[in-house]
Amino acid sequence: MNAATPRITVRVGPDDFDVGAEIDALQAGDPAVGAVTSFVGYCRDEGGRLSALELEYYPGMAEAEIGRVVSEAVARWPLLAVTVIHRGGRIKPGERIVLVVVSSSHRDAAFAACDYVMDFLKTRAPFWKKEHPADRSEGGWVEAKAHDDARAERWGDKG
Amino acid sequence: MSREPVLIRYFAWVRERIGLSEERLALPETVKTAGDLVRWLSERGEAYAFAFEAPETIRVAVDQLHIEQDEPLGNAREIALFPPMTGG
Repeated sequence: MNAATPRITVRVGPDDFDVGAEIDALQAGDPAVGAVTSFVGYCRDEGGRLSALELEYYPGMAEAEIGRVVSEAVARWPLLAVTVIHRGGRIKPGERIVLVVVSSSHRDAAFAACDYVMDFLKTRAPFWKKEHPADRSEGGWVEAKAHDDARAERWGDKG
Repeated sequence: MSREPVLIRYFAWVRERIGLSEERLALPETVKTAGDLVRWLSERGEAYAFAFEAPETIRVAVDQLHIEQDEPLGNAREIALFPPMTGG
């Protein structure tokens, strides 16, 4: 039966994740999988200016809102499984912040859904980044970017 | 008739400016929409006025669901106010 309910996993918390293990887990034992796409977001140092980012989030709603975004992706494309992991707390340059992994029978759905989930995760999931400058000055909150709204709007959803 | 107190939560710079992460408040009957709540809170003192100085930027979630500022609060148990999100 090809209409099995997609396996959805959403995790939010301080812990790092193993990208390879998460990708393998989406394929494991499912011979219907023909494509797995993934996106990994990292903390940048912004040209040496940052020593860390502090990621604050709304526990409960963060997981729920990511879950809603994933459900919309599942309704839109024929997906087999989706995993989203988003970290919170203090994260240093070079460390991972977010992971989206999508499996499908074919690559077009897997690519599109991964892109879609990231776009709406950015504009809808309740996370906020605060910068810790390398010079130990008082950091500021990262401002939302119009570019991220524009990317979400191209899907034609209200979001 | 006054309503039951509601848990109000603040995040990111809204939290920092107010100096509280949450508080329980009884909202007056005149506060019907999310926008009404932002305006009412902004009159609670200097810290609140600072947090809500640009009310149009404030996002509101009722019982962990995003709502627009012109939408009703309904019988919310928990209302959160925060800046535009910057995760990912």
